[in-house]
Amino acid sequence: MHEKAKDALLYLDGVTVSFDGFRALNQLSLVIEPGEMRAIIGPNGAGKTTMMDVVTGKTRPQAGEVYFNGTVDLTRRDEAEIASLGIGRKFQKPTVFESHTVWDNLELALAGNRGPFAAIFRPRGAEAAERIERILRTVRLSERRDVRAAFLSHGQKQWLEIGMLLAQEPKLLLVDEPAAGMTDSETAATADLLKEIAKEKSVIVVEHDMTFVRALGVKVTVLHEGSVISEGTIDHVSADPRVIEVYLGR
Amino acid sequence: MLIARFLRNGLDWRAGVVIAILAVVAVGVPLLSLYTPADSPIHVPTYVVSLLGKYLSYALLALSVDLVWGFCGILSLGHGAFFALGGYAMGMYLMRQIGSRGVYGNAELPDFMVFLNWKELPVAWWGFEHFPYALLMVVLVPGILAFVFGWFAFRSRVTGVYLSIITQAMTFALLLAFFRNDFGFGGNNGMTDFKDILGFNVQADATRGVLFAVTALALAFFFLVCSALVASKFGKVLVGVRDAESRTRFLGYRVENYKLVVFVLSAAMAGIAGALYVPQVGIINPSEFSPAFSIETVIWVAVGGRGTLIGPIVGALLVNYAKTVFTTGALAQYWLFLLGGLFIAVTLFLPKGIVGTLSGLLRRRRATPPAAEAPAPNPQAAE
Repeated sequence: MHEKAKDALLYLDGVTVSFDGFRALNQLSLVIEPGEMRAIIGPNGAGKTTMMDVVTGKTRPQAGEVYFNGTVDLTRRDEAEIASLGIGRKFQKPTVFESHTVWDNLELALAGNRGPFAAIFRPRGAEAAERIERILRTVRLSERRDVRAAFLSHGQKQWLEIGMLLAQEPKLLLVDEPAAGMTDSETAATADLLKEIAKEKSVIVVEHDMTFVRALGVKVTVLHEGSVISEGTIDHVSADPRVIEVYLGR
Repeated sequence: MLIARFLRNGLDWRAGVVIAILAVVAVGVPLLSLYTPADSPIHVPTYVVSLLGKYLSYALLALSVDLVWGFCGILSLGHGAFFALGGYAMGMYLMRQIGSRGVYGNAELPDFMVFLNWKELPVAWWGFEHFPYALLMVVLVPGILAFVFGWFAFRSRVTGVYLSIITQAMTFALLLAFFRNDFGFGGNNGMTDFKDILGFNVQADATRGVLFAVTALALAFFFLVCSALVASKFGKVLVGVRDAESRTRFLGYRVENYKLVVFVLSAAMAGIAGALYVPQVGIINPSEFSPAFSIETVIWVAVGGRGTLIGPIVGALLVNYAKTVFTTGALAQYWLFLLGGLFIAVTLFLPKGIVGTLSGLLRRRRATPPAAEAPAPNPQAAE
């Protein structure tokens, strides 16, 4: 293991994933420091979602190292275990539990014992209710707490999912296209919310929307065909001729 | 503890009604059968008591299917196997009670073993003369089978139609095994000619009345357990698994453990249903293992309304009543067509079943915002 991995919150080195000969990730290396917020951009098929799948344990890489918190090898753990370690994920398409209310969605996400017997026998404490209230205020869904998630607007579902991420109390949040399908004002509010969250936690945001990435104002990594082609501020990467060639210039 | 909390939080009025009805029926039907003169208009003949008892044990089986299918999305097409195993455990107890009153008069061996020229009781039969041991086996045998089956199936993430198919294979394999004479459980004839249960004559009117009452109360009890369970956080996780399995995983829940717990519990309930069924019907044979029986069970649940707990009870009673009516008349040969037609009609026109549709209507009537309609379970998992 490389020296650098020890201090990093998330450390990927030489990660390769191929599906039937197609290399979704090709020798991908990426380091996220504790407390950092990072934006990842790239054209379709660049490997952004696959990268998240590898980190969250959905996909096992054929080669490479993935370490969390310096020492935890993520390639040997499954989704539930990785989630318990403190990595939360928000999907591109908002996936909330549609037949549950907003409140129940948050309750299910709330950090705590995940065992089936605890779920049967342990009643929810007053402290948990308070935490749910707090999250409801943060994601501005207090009014809609008893509404089934199926009846939320698209933007509200995105926010509920972010709220569920917060309820998990993760150390690292992986957020896949949070601004997709949102109005301009919702997009701006989402950027503010993520910046607020990033004060306490590390965040990786995958996004297409350049205005949004600019609004975040953080270090940007550009992926293309499964590897990193450029890294730096948004102005730096926008000026990089390779980035212009594969992505921005098209 | 779980139930106490559920009761404290206020019983859902519909659950209260169901339990009250079952309690009244449990006491009323046997009383009307035993203490009214045979020519009275309110007299319930003994055969009706047993018939109703059979329906109620089917209702308990349907309830167990609804728990896994309606709330966790596990479409088991092999729940008849758990029902039959519970039934066989009870049958073995009843066989051992016959003692020397069998045709061959052998105090130790049931008739079919004497017929097969066996000299001693197989190990699998040891202990079944004791009622508590038999009761334990009623729960343990289906429970252990469900545990082993679920352990492998859920850990390998077998879901959807593939899981349904292997549950069919499981019950079919058991059907073939139990058909064999040398398997030691009565072959294709199964077990019958029961005499006593706990020293009481199983044919006696009073015994039938008590068996009926026990069945109705067991159904009420498990209905209460299931209601409490689905209202708990555990139940919410189950619905999460049904609607978005991989989302649940990414929240840190071990989906396979939740499925295993609910599957084993459901299998044990099915086993108890089978054990209540056998003394009232007076026979257990391998036909209960047939894939068709398990599929019929799923139809009861679908007709009544899955994911409602009340639905499967209503469905099991209605469909079985219809079956009794049709198969005893001139229409007997058309029953299977009718059953198939019913399933298609319910799937097309009442996808939420009778109870699901009715409660949807009720809710709309109460004029809460139009959004109050229950969203259908979303079979699409998170990507």
